[in-house]
Amino acid sequence: MRILGISAFYHDSAAALVVDGQIVAAAQEERFSRKKHDDRFPVNAVRYCLEEAGLEVKDLDAVAFYDKPLLKFERLLETYYAFAPGGFASFVKAMPVWVGGKLSTRKLLRDGLKDAGATGKEKLKLLFPEHHLSHAASAFHPSPFDEAAILTIDGVGEWSTASICHGRGKDIEVKRELRFPHSVGLLYSAFTYFLGFRVNSGEYKLMGLAPYGDPLSARVKDYEDRIRKELVHVHDDGSIWLDMRKFHYAQGLRMVKDDAWERIFGFPRRAPESPLEQHHCDLGLAIQRVTEDIVLRMARTARAITGSPNLCMAGGVALNCVANGLLERAGIFDRIFVQPASGDAGGAPGAALAAYHLHFEQPRTVNPNDALNGSYLGPAYGEADIRKVINRFGAVASPALDEEALVQRTADLLAAGKVVGWFQGRMEFGPRALGNRSIIGDPASPEMQLKLNQKIKFRESFRPFAPAVAEESLERYFEARTPSPYMLMVHPVRAELRKPLPADYHALDLRGKLYHERSTLPAITHIDMSARIQTVSPRTNPRFHKLIKAFGQRTGNEVVINTSFNVRGEPIVRTPEEAYRCFMRTEMDVLVVNDRIFLKEEQPAWPEGQEWMKEHVLD
Amino acid sequence: MELLRDIWAFMKERRKWWLGPVIIVLVLLTAVLVLGGGSALAPYIYTLF
Repeated sequence: MRILGISAFYHDSAAALVVDGQIVAAAQEERFSRKKHDDRFPVNAVRYCLEEAGLEVKDLDAVAFYDKPLLKFERLLETYYAFAPGGFASFVKAMPVWVGGKLSTRKLLRDGLKDAGATGKEKLKLLFPEHHLSHAASAFHPSPFDEAAILTIDGVGEWSTASICHGRGKDIEVKRELRFPHSVGLLYSAFTYFLGFRVNSGEYKLMGLAPYGDPLSARVKDYEDRIRKELVHVHDDGSIWLDMRKFHYAQGLRMVKDDAWERIFGFPRRAPESPLEQHHCDLGLAIQRVTEDIVLRMARTARAITGSPNLCMAGGVALNCVANGLLERAGIFDRIFVQPASGDAGGAPGAALAAYHLHFEQPRTVNPNDALNGSYLGPAYGEADIRKVINRFGAVASPALDEEALVQRTADLLAAGKVVGWFQGRMEFGPRALGNRSIIGDPASPEMQLKLNQKIKFRESFRPFAPAVAEESLERYFEARTPSPYMLMVHPVRAELRKPLPADYHALDLRGKLYHERSTLPAITHIDMSARIQTVSPRTNPRFHKLIKAFGQRTGNEVVINTSFNVRGEPIVRTPEEAYRCFMRTEMDVLVVNDRIFLKEEQPAWPEGQEWMKEHVLD
Repeated sequence: MELLRDIWAFMKERRKWWLGPVIIVLVLLTAVLVLGGGSALAPYIYTLF
């Protein structure tokens, strides 16, 4: 049975193909269109998924869309009615979008599928599982558990903003729901907006900023108290009640009422790209703490309701890996599986899996290692594509090397302090680069964080980098017990690797903290001595694992920096050509594409100036 | 027709009959907006639609 899952028309469009219960291909449209968070029908991603499996639209048994549009429309109308006449401006903008298109999502899907090769004569079954059910299926069905509690938390789907489900075998039973407008995701996004980042993409920056807050200061405690007193009431079971008089997202075009928030916190909304000050960091830490508290309470409720020792998570808030790490260390569950594409893109495989197991009632086989196999579900490119790059740009590459020679040579370059663009095999599905579209470097180098941020990624200097560690060496470097293959858990760096902090460390400003060398692996040790860990297994990515081991033989550290292969505002590279372009536009030293090595000093001069930067809208 | 069938089935299942007249008015209003040159795109800072 073949089912195509689609997520589209909101943000992060994606397609996924499920064949007999296995996700055989999945990709996000932005990687093809090069438009970050592209929300259009994922025509290129659909074409890719079908091509990967050698299928056409007529071969599909069903197409599953990741939410119920009419239910969402009902929520919009009831919300406008509840806030009338307050939301008139938003109403006037929203209604043409709906009546002119989204209300007839069936037609939008059929039109999109025609662009992807459908003739229009196929008798396609279109299915619409609910948004949070799609998230729940995306986490539970590929998980290594036969039975588990499922927690989904995001901004909003139709009405649900969070849910607790119980998964058993192939079945998923919804146990609890939190409903719009009360939403953990939208609360976090409201702070993302107020602190000057872009909603729906800057949330991870807020998470990265939070540790710069002073955990010992009275101001953080005061902000946290104000959040709880003025904005959100957190109940014992983790459900929340937001004071909607202070928010604007339900009926307006802004997240919050700026004046009210300025009164609460004593400073105005930070203008995007303006300097970050300590009070911004402190507020970031306060909302991160409140979010962690809510997630932990929800998890305890999920455990109490289901009695299961296993937890699956999905939804945008499940990408808050700081909260995930805390949840793991809290020991509420024995094992936790987080869907790596937890945002709306993950709704595509989720909808397809929900259709397969729940609608068509097909049995599920549990894979003890999880069924995602490293989330390498996207397109791969071969020697012919590399030759095109060489011919088009006059690029100079080594001959194709055997794996051992390639790994040893790359490890030499890494150990010599070079920054390497590492492009291999199938592209990852989800927001993280997991060693197939990655930029890697030596984490022991004190200047690496600054170099990578400013000369290669062209992004804010405060942004942290993540380590990729050989799975078997995890506990040598981090206070973590279980593998984190999808870079979704933050855990402390081991105490013996940390360097003593100055007495006034927490009082230092953002730059003071940033430039302080915190551990023997400074480039991946965040300000609060934590790291967002990816464990690399020889089972799912043998070549990357070999590279890390070879690097370890040279330096003693079986850890490399792993950051996504892109610059700020650009979707992660998909093809060798995009990789070469990114390599030449930045100060990256080496590019490895499959079996070939490109050294920067051997390449012809790159003709572009800095104009290309305008191609990317800053996130 | 497919859309009308969907909306009918939806109202029936959810027992939200009041949606019927609202949708008819909205379709007419939107036709006026679109024909009057209004945009069907959503220029937004942040929207939940």
